[in-house]
Amino acid sequence: MTDILMPALSPTMEEGTLAKWLVKEGDTIKAGDVIAEIETDKATMEVEAVDEGVIEAILVPAGSENVKVNTLIARLKGEGEAAAPAAAPVAAEAAPAPVAAPPAAGGPISAASTFADPEVPAGAPLKKITVRDALRDAMAEEMRRDDRVFLMGEEVAQYQGAYKVSRELLQEFGDRRVIDTPITEHGFAGLGVGAAMAGLKPIVEFMTWNFAMQAIDQIINSAAKTLYMSGGQIKSSIVFRGPNGAASRVAAQHSQDYAAWYGNVPGLKVIAPYDAADAKGLLKAAIRDPNPVVFLEHEMMYGHEFDIPDVEDWVVPIGKAKVRREGSDVTLVAYSRMVGFALKAAEELEKEGIQAEVVDLRTIRPMDHATILESVKKTNRLVTVEEGWGPMGVGAEIVARITEHGFDYLDAPPLRVHQEDVPLPYAANLEALSLPSVEKIVKAAKTVSYR
Amino acid sequence: MARTRKAEASEEKAPETGVNAFVGKDELLKFYQDMLLIRRFEERAGQLYGMGLIGGFCHLYIGQEAIAVGMQSISRKGDQIITGYRDHGHMLAAGMDPREVMAELTGRAGGSSKGKGGSMHMFDVETGFYGGHGIVGAQVSLGTGLALANAYKGNGGVSYAYMGDGAANQGQVYESFNMAQLWKLPVVYVIENNQYAMGTSVERSASETAFHKRGVSFRIPGEEVDGMDVIAVREAGARATEHARSGQGPYILEMKTYRYRGHSMSDPAKYRTKEEVDEVKTTRDPIDHIKERLAKAGVTEDDLKGVDAEVKRIVAEAAEFARTSPEPDPSELYTDVYLEAAE
Repeated sequence: MTDILMPALSPTMEEGTLAKWLVKEGDTIKAGDVIAEIETDKATMEVEAVDEGVIEAILVPAGSENVKVNTLIARLKGEGEAAAPAAAPVAAEAAPAPVAAPPAAGGPISAASTFADPEVPAGAPLKKITVRDALRDAMAEEMRRDDRVFLMGEEVAQYQGAYKVSRELLQEFGDRRVIDTPITEHGFAGLGVGAAMAGLKPIVEFMTWNFAMQAIDQIINSAAKTLYMSGGQIKSSIVFRGPNGAASRVAAQHSQDYAAWYGNVPGLKVIAPYDAADAKGLLKAAIRDPNPVVFLEHEMMYGHEFDIPDVEDWVVPIGKAKVRREGSDVTLVAYSRMVGFALKAAEELEKEGIQAEVVDLRTIRPMDHATILESVKKTNRLVTVEEGWGPMGVGAEIVARITEHGFDYLDAPPLRVHQEDVPLPYAANLEALSLPSVEKIVKAAKTVSYR
Repeated sequence: MARTRKAEASEEKAPETGVNAFVGKDELLKFYQDMLLIRRFEERAGQLYGMGLIGGFCHLYIGQEAIAVGMQSISRKGDQIITGYRDHGHMLAAGMDPREVMAELTGRAGGSSKGKGGSMHMFDVETGFYGGHGIVGAQVSLGTGLALANAYKGNGGVSYAYMGDGAANQGQVYESFNMAQLWKLPVVYVIENNQYAMGTSVERSASETAFHKRGVSFRIPGEEVDGMDVIAVREAGARATEHARSGQGPYILEMKTYRYRGHSMSDPAKYRTKEEVDEVKTTRDPIDHIKERLAKAGVTEDDLKGVDAEVKRIVAEAAEFARTSPEPDPSELYTDVYLEAAE
């Protein structure tokens, strides 16, 4: 007898909808037969049988939502085997616990902000939306607003986006404005910059920022520097965007945080949002900005829902950090997915009587060190959190600035939490050891608090 | 586009493509003047470099003048030109003010980039000149992007993306070829094959030295052109432009040419013989070549003296401007890094 489990169809999938069974109990199947269809938040996928035999029992009915990966969904009887005795209908809940559940996508996600958000107009209604859809809505709204805006990249059109961020844009805007490119990052980044120089406003999607290494010359030498080199004549109003940082178990070449790399370059603006409201509001601001913008998303955050103000034209200004949690004892500065980790760490610290203030950087360049400084003036202690490597990193820059401008306010040497100084390992345990964690942040916060 | 002239001025026949590249005496004279301006300008730039007034890299266009001038004669307002760092000739051909170009070479406030770009980085949106790029091959992708913008806007413009034989070995050139043909973008790729990528001859760097064939695997037509003959350049340019402008996609022109000077001012050019250089100068010089055509059209050396004097005056004035224009104000250090206003 063979168990058929709910499969993980992507490195970050936790659960999905069992949309349809293509077989019924009693059917004989062989390896390779398509037996079911599963919907994730990204796509509908077919499930193929791995073994041959007779479907003895279907345990999760078609249409079941939120079926966890590794849930027992059907049972297969090998040829010649006797039927299992009294296969009573088994509820999905009763399925054996998965042996090794994948890490929760997105990691720690905090509840809503603990205090009023000054950016949101009083009384504005909120709606729940995923980061993925917030990004899509931002692009759609700006494309409706300005014909010069278009999207190009690998799989952005017919495939609807490798991570489904551009879902339904092709249907609305057509192939003039939603352009599938060949796999040719260096080339299409250059085409995008050239089109921007000619007055268009391209959004260039990289399937991941790791692939943009092939294109980094065009981003820096052409997009970032030409305004200066031309004495202000040639502008490049262009957004380069895509997932950045470590997803899950995709190893070193697909798991790098580029915030520090691009944050080093004058002429670029660099944005790394955490929640859906910032993802939408900052992407709209980035598209409108007349400068080249590097927009660093996070794959692990795409599927997460957040409250977003349901107002017309939600735009968040570039270059402003946001205090996401107020506290008096230690300042935690983070960006992108690490904001969730820092908020979770703050909850842990509170249990031990330490009130942490969490500053979400949101924009890496230009860096809003004034907001960090104001926080440090209050807490006198600083911990930075980033997914990238420590040396010459974002945390290093924050620490340098706060040391320059706020030395007298510091009661302890600041600490940096970051990825260990190694290429990101594949093995689950080593990967976890390498990346920042809530525990590491808590530890650092206690260290700077001499606790 | 070229205006049709009566036959008495020239022996040239209109090409068979339907685009009339035919030139008369007045145009021959203009080509002569434009080419001479580039040569005299570059000679003066070399001189100013020797005097320490121009710093850094300075790549002279001497020997290749027929290409920029011949191609320019085919383009029209709204078209774009983009090239690498051997760019002074294209700027002058495009109609940029020689004073601003020379003042940029000397790094002065009056330079076309306010002194912040230098020899390799000048731009002039008004004349359609999009630089002036220092990374070998990068301008090919950018130029293809200019063509993408033309197609997107449907403005009928053609982008002329120049590169050298060295750049033609860069990967992004082929990425651009692929997309340009895939999307039928209005771009003409002009490969200026001057035989040497810095100090490395094409034979030592290219497995296929016939660069006009480099588009074959992308189904992009190409042709080899005598880049020392401004009329041949113009005719080929007309065919390529017609192809691109009519929506048939990119076209490759390999211009066989030669640079007389070193790769840059600091290059003694020991990788080739004096005899080789002299041979080209005496038998294939593009300016001598057009003078012969002018003679056949009835223009005498005396007739050219006025042109020569005018060119001399323009270059002297440019050099004087470049010497006397002040250095950029220190307050310019932090300008033009970002644009302020959101749109």
